[in-house]
Amino acid sequence: MDEVLGREHQEQRSQTVSSGSLALDRITRRFGDHVAVDDISFEVPSGELLALIGASGSGKTTTLRIAAGYESPDSGRVLFDGRDITSLPPQKRGFGMVFQHYALFPHMTVGQNVAFGLEARGVGKTQRMEKAQSVLASVGLENAAPRSIQSLSGGEQQRVALARALVIEPKVLLMDEPLSNLDPTLRQSTRDELRSMLHRVGVPALFVTHDQEDAFAIADRIALIRKGKLLQIGTAEDLHDRPASLGVAKFIGRATILPAEDLGDRVAVTLGGVRRELASTRPAGKMTSPLVVLRPNALEISPDGTDAWKGEVVNRRFTGGSAVYRVRTSDGVVLEVESSNMALREGDTTGVIVSREPVPVVSAE
Amino acid sequence: MKRGEGRRSWIIAAPVLALLLWSIVYPNVAVIAGSFENGLGHWREFMASPTDREALRTSIVISLASVVASVIIGVPLAFLLSRFEFPGRRILKGVATLPAALPPLVGVIAFLFLYGESGLVTRAIQHLFAMKEAPWRLTGVWAIIFVHAYTMYVYVFLFVSAGLDRFDTTLDEAASGLGASSWQRLKRVTLPLLTPALAGSMLLVFMTSLGSFSAPYVFGGGIRVLSTQIVASKLNGEMGLAYVETTVLALSAVAGLLLFRWLEGKRKYTSSGKGAATRKVIRSRNAQVLAAVLAIATVIVLVLPHLMVVLVSFARDGAWTTQVLPPQYTLDNYRRLITEASLWKPIMNSIWMSAIATAANVVVCFVAAYLIVMRKFTGRRLLEILTALPWAIPATAIALGLAATFNRNDVASLRVLLVGTFWILPFAYFVRNIPLVSTAVESSLRQMDASLEDAARGLGASWWLTMRRVILPAARPGLVAGALLAAVTAIGEFVASVVLYTHANRPISLEILAQLRQLAFGTAAAYSVLLILLVLGMTLTARSFEERIA
Repeated sequence: MDEVLGREHQEQRSQTVSSGSLALDRITRRFGDHVAVDDISFEVPSGELLALIGASGSGKTTTLRIAAGYESPDSGRVLFDGRDITSLPPQKRGFGMVFQHYALFPHMTVGQNVAFGLEARGVGKTQRMEKAQSVLASVGLENAAPRSIQSLSGGEQQRVALARALVIEPKVLLMDEPLSNLDPTLRQSTRDELRSMLHRVGVPALFVTHDQEDAFAIADRIALIRKGKLLQIGTAEDLHDRPASLGVAKFIGRATILPAEDLGDRVAVTLGGVRRELASTRPAGKMTSPLVVLRPNALEISPDGTDAWKGEVVNRRFTGGSAVYRVRTSDGVVLEVESSNMALREGDTTGVIVSREPVPVVSAE
Repeated sequence: MKRGEGRRSWIIAAPVLALLLWSIVYPNVAVIAGSFENGLGHWREFMASPTDREALRTSIVISLASVVASVIIGVPLAFLLSRFEFPGRRILKGVATLPAALPPLVGVIAFLFLYGESGLVTRAIQHLFAMKEAPWRLTGVWAIIFVHAYTMYVYVFLFVSAGLDRFDTTLDEAASGLGASSWQRLKRVTLPLLTPALAGSMLLVFMTSLGSFSAPYVFGGGIRVLSTQIVASKLNGEMGLAYVETTVLALSAVAGLLLFRWLEGKRKYTSSGKGAATRKVIRSRNAQVLAAVLAIATVIVLVLPHLMVVLVSFARDGAWTTQVLPPQYTLDNYRRLITEASLWKPIMNSIWMSAIATAANVVVCFVAAYLIVMRKFTGRRLLEILTALPWAIPATAIALGLAATFNRNDVASLRVLLVGTFWILPFAYFVRNIPLVSTAVESSLRQMDASLEDAARGLGASWWLTMRRVILPAARPGLVAGALLAAVTAIGEFVASVVLYTHANRPISLEILAQLRQLAFGTAAAYSVLLILLVLGMTLTARSFEERIA
């Protein structure tokens, strides 16, 4: 599925005329003693979708608001197409923004909401309502123009907010938790719609989320922020399979993180007296205390493997195509293992092997 | 709705509905019926009287002008205080609501002492520019509007400030992100969303001015308004005419109600976003100085009436004639209030009558609010209308209705003799304050999760335990706030009192008026200070009670 979508996007992207790119250059923002954004830099080229991901209070929303112009950085620059726009007020930036709670004007109809950006630009009434109508149609709300905001469902509100941001033909699209107010089923389908729509628009798009599945599903690249600092920026695979630090490894995906011996380009892990050598994604090098990151899908159940780590199944969770087991070794370490072998039950003893190498190595913080 | 709940609700609702119908609706029906007691005779009399026609016109002109003046002062002040940060902001915010703390008559006499012909400011200007006569006279329509603007802009200020606090600032941000200029944002987003708050406060100002009695009574000069005409007709024994005037006053109030409700529009909006409003800091040096100077000037204008009343309360009666400031000071005024039985009586009267009325309000309005918010039954809408009705009836009209109804014992027509007794005033205060207390309790109860009552009952709690441990605690903030407002309003009440009082139950406000008539300014001011202190004391008690419990 992703593969298919991926190819689609490639094609669509090549069709759009390249506009400018959005860049944040060494942005810092303090609130009193608290450093909300700490020396963050990144660039979003035209047509790319970048997700800012992080726990609440990590500074991701502040970063987005600085990009939009609602906050001014204490230091650093915001650049569009190479031009410094740091001190340009939001109304002059021409960026489209979708707010977390959508911020739809409750005293206006759907059509008036969508047409508002054109009204602010002095576009005549008939013309702006026509344009609003066509953008509404593109988000699947052909007949919604005369409706009141209160009569919309959450998903419809989200689409109106998107239409309102798109109607001004924004140079950059910014979204604050665009999916957080949707129920899980709707969320799934909206992700795909959003991704293809954003690629059709073909401008730099930046969105904030605390949900990594949203980020994985929508974004081309992901920037992980913690305590105001940019930990890593890259594709979902980069962050998942080649985490730059323990913080990234812990935040992205599920993992059992264990201390390891440094053997140059290999590492060794000993569990319950069984020592295993593993290929690592990068040399542990000068790390003082290297840790291996064992993802559930990199482990496999091996009931009678002789050199497997031995343990007891303490929990079993069925996930559709596979089962996720939590296996406790004799020294108390719990390994999370995803396996197509569904036969084990809680209380069974089993062996666990590493089925996918190389494994990521990070430094203890 | 569970079976039988409707019937059980009715058992509680019936007595409350009966009480409200008897005390609110019946008297007003009696007034309207009274206006037709000789067919259209009294109405023809009213139509033929030039003074009555003029009074109606003046009442409406003054009320609308008071609304305009209050909006002109209240709206910019609310915007300034909630959207900007400047030197002097905190102190200005602290005193911005002070005028509302002045009991109606006290505000009027403070203005008399300050801006009246022999007032402090008038005299000071007269001396400064060596004028032969006072630069202005504080009489007529403009004087009344001036006093109204000072005391009533607070409603607009409070409503609009609350609206701005609730305002979802992301809407403003969304508009600016879409390219709207500040002016476009104000016109298309901020003001439309503040309209309900603005219209609500305008209605309140309109109603209060329409029923206002003290300012026209003291400064009116030759000016006649409906409320003073009603009292005059009653004193002349022309009850039929008084009924017509009262009906006309009430109809004007209804017209105002419809006008402002129409302005408010049908829709009320609730916004879900977080409105973390950040105040714009005024940075330019010149603007800072200007803001500070204006803020301090405003603070002085707002505080001056209070200070003046305090100052005059120490002035020896009769000594202050042509001087700018009273020449002699004494503690005598206060000593006399406490030691002379006839001067002490009104103080005790006011305290007792306010306490009785407030206690009745708390009980009746709590039950009414509980039924309105927590129960579903067929009479609910009626109950809602009845508890709000006294808002829409000017106080003079309420008083006259009571005077017309409870003037004799007649069980067959449900009449009880209250006029001429002590009880008529607490009863009038009770009726006037029903909307105030009900609204406060309702808003507290509405914040409570409706399923809490079900949850408590589901856990096996009896009706009484649920009431005591779940519902009363939820209603408490509203009960305390409502009771405080009711007690404060009742203790300084003037408009209904002047229609219904007798010598034995005269409240402080009427004693102040009596002292003013004898030109005993010092004593009148001492009463006013005492009234302010009582209000302050009650407010602090209520606040510390709330803090101790919460």
